[in-house]
Amino acid sequence: MKAQLLTGNKAAAAAARLARVDYIPAYPITPQTEIIETVADWVRAGTMDSRFVQLESEHSMMTAAGAASLAGARVFTATSSQGMLYTIEMLYNIAGWRAPMVLVNVSRGVAAPIVLEPDHNDVLAARDSGFLQFHSETCQEVADLVLLAYRVAEDHRVMLPAIVNLDGFYLSFTRERVQLPDQEKVDSFLPPYQPVNPLRATKPVSRGSSVFEGFVYSYFKYNIHAAALRAKKVFAEAARDYEQLFGRAYGPVEGYMLEDADYVLVMSNSFTALGRQAVKRMRERGVRAGLLKLRMVRPFPSDEVATLLRGRKVVGVFDQNLAPGAGGIFYPEIAGTMYHVKGRPDAILPIVGGLGGKQITGKEMAGVFEEMLAIDREGKTPAPMFLMREDELSRVKKAVAIAEGKQ
Amino acid sequence: MSTTSRFRTLKDMPVQDYLSPGNTLCAGCGGILAVRVFHKALGPNVAWINAAGCMTILMSYPLSPLKSNWLYTAFASAPAGAQGVRDALDVLMAKGRLPKSEDLKVVVVTGDGAAYDIGLQSTAGALDRRLDFYYLCYDNEAYGNTGFQMSSSTPFGSSTKTTPATSAFPLGNTASKKDLFEVWRSMKAPYVATLANSHGVDFLRKVEKGGTIKGPKMYIAFAGCPTGMGFDPKDTIEVEKLAVQTGIWPLKESVDGVVKHTVVPRSLTPVREYLRTQERFRHLFVPAEKTEAVAKIQESVVNYWRMAGEREGFSVKPPA
Repeated sequence: MKAQLLTGNKAAAAAARLARVDYIPAYPITPQTEIIETVADWVRAGTMDSRFVQLESEHSMMTAAGAASLAGARVFTATSSQGMLYTIEMLYNIAGWRAPMVLVNVSRGVAAPIVLEPDHNDVLAARDSGFLQFHSETCQEVADLVLLAYRVAEDHRVMLPAIVNLDGFYLSFTRERVQLPDQEKVDSFLPPYQPVNPLRATKPVSRGSSVFEGFVYSYFKYNIHAAALRAKKVFAEAARDYEQLFGRAYGPVEGYMLEDADYVLVMSNSFTALGRQAVKRMRERGVRAGLLKLRMVRPFPSDEVATLLRGRKVVGVFDQNLAPGAGGIFYPEIAGTMYHVKGRPDAILPIVGGLGGKQITGKEMAGVFEEMLAIDREGKTPAPMFLMREDELSRVKKAVAIAEGKQ
Repeated sequence: MSTTSRFRTLKDMPVQDYLSPGNTLCAGCGGILAVRVFHKALGPNVAWINAAGCMTILMSYPLSPLKSNWLYTAFASAPAGAQGVRDALDVLMAKGRLPKSEDLKVVVVTGDGAAYDIGLQSTAGALDRRLDFYYLCYDNEAYGNTGFQMSSSTPFGSSTKTTPATSAFPLGNTASKKDLFEVWRSMKAPYVATLANSHGVDFLRKVEKGGTIKGPKMYIAFAGCPTGMGFDPKDTIEVEKLAVQTGIWPLKESVDGVVKHTVVPRSLTPVREYLRTQERFRHLFVPAEKTEAVAKIQESVVNYWRMAGEREGFSVKPPA
């Protein structure tokens, strides 16, 4: 099919339509709103055969979504930021129900202070909910990952809900070249949803039953974990089929100039593009720089991470999120993955940056690599880097001074 | 009331039970009794959508006493769960992927904590959307499953675990019970009714009547609670009967906003007789009767029935 210019939001909506979703419970929030507006338009115009219902909160939206999935409908919805936090309770429930719906999260920082631009504290708050997570760097990936997410989530070896993440503004409102797959081919890739024990008159079921003992609870929770681990293999199969049909290959991680790289930056989502640029610049300077992008965040692609980071000198983990009092969220996951690996990197540098969509200059990215080189050269213990420039700090101070009438 | 009801006397109570005898709830629970009778009136093919509360422990994996579907959602959002199930069944039937014979009546079942407090927003949403469902609130006037703490359904003068009667706070709860019937009615619910297990025919007829109405069908059932309210489990029906006879629990319905009392006591039994049956009101009588508080409760009941009578054209004799 011919490529067209689509925002990340439009790409997500288009993928939902291609997936022939039955049901879309919705609730507006910036920067996700364009997704639900788009599908609402299509449903009302009769060009999308789904039922669209606007709920009165994200918590209710997700309750309706999970319940509809249990009743046998293929369900799609979207949220951002505060909406994600507001419905966190339901994410754990829906995963526990084993209801394989797909939720698109358009990342946005989390109040307070309230902000519109992205970081990943919203989606990573759902990290331990049992939802599978796929994170996109481009608008093309958004569309492709939504279709892959349905295929993996609904596989009877998995039966877990999934989140597809894209960055607010940087992807949500940015038009990029997107090649939407043909409907006929999508239908062969993604057959109709086959629910397991749906709510029915002839064969009643109880879902969400209480358990009163830890061992029964553990039984269910370990089952969720095992299913999430099985999703690795299922994703690999699905991605293989996807590549055959549509020509685009997706692994759980993606390497960039990794082959002989000594200094590797680990990144995710749209800012990965900044990392790629920095790697290229470092290469021009003769530095063996490389990049590893996380695409699948849950299940965590520990095998691929271990294989691709083994033998490097210094790894930097770029967290576009903040765990106050600890640092970044991905850092301990990467460090934990590498601990027992033979030939693990000599050092792993934690970097936090891009909070609330904070711009990162090429100079800052170069600074990150300089630090990795310095750690290698001087054999020092990596000290966490929190990206914020002098000029940015002075702009904050100046604005405060003006507000206080001191300037 | 419908003149063509299949329920004329208690003998018409359907024999078919959809809830097996024996379950995990307290002896004498008025809530589970309401669920049982409600189900009898509905017949088979039901999806119960539950919010956190006493009924949640009805399901204990892998056991279920129900012959119908069950989904526990969360404390605040059972009506949204009902929305999802209703919509999914509708869309699958519309697309020809589900035979009509698999259709279900979708029934939200929650306690007063969910209905009056934490779930009021999601109920309002379901009412705005005119969702075709039933809502059964079993109202024991407190958070029963957590040990009887105050909810906005707790009446004036009730002692609860979070509003205990002490020498500094001699009345227990001093807030008035929220009028959920009027809240739901104001949100344009096409059908709202109150129920009491002690008045089985009235109960069955109201469920039957709801079945003829498309849209939200909202019920608040008095749920005598031996454990929380403090009375002998054998007395549940007696306590519920007294709640009706004293006029404290009016049995009524609203059809498209028009309210009609379905059981009108000819003369009101003094509220004292109801209050004295329960530990939660004990401080109103011991060591000595707090006459002002009891009089206040009595007065509000008498006023309620006087105004209702003026609107509907009946008169109720206040207690001597």
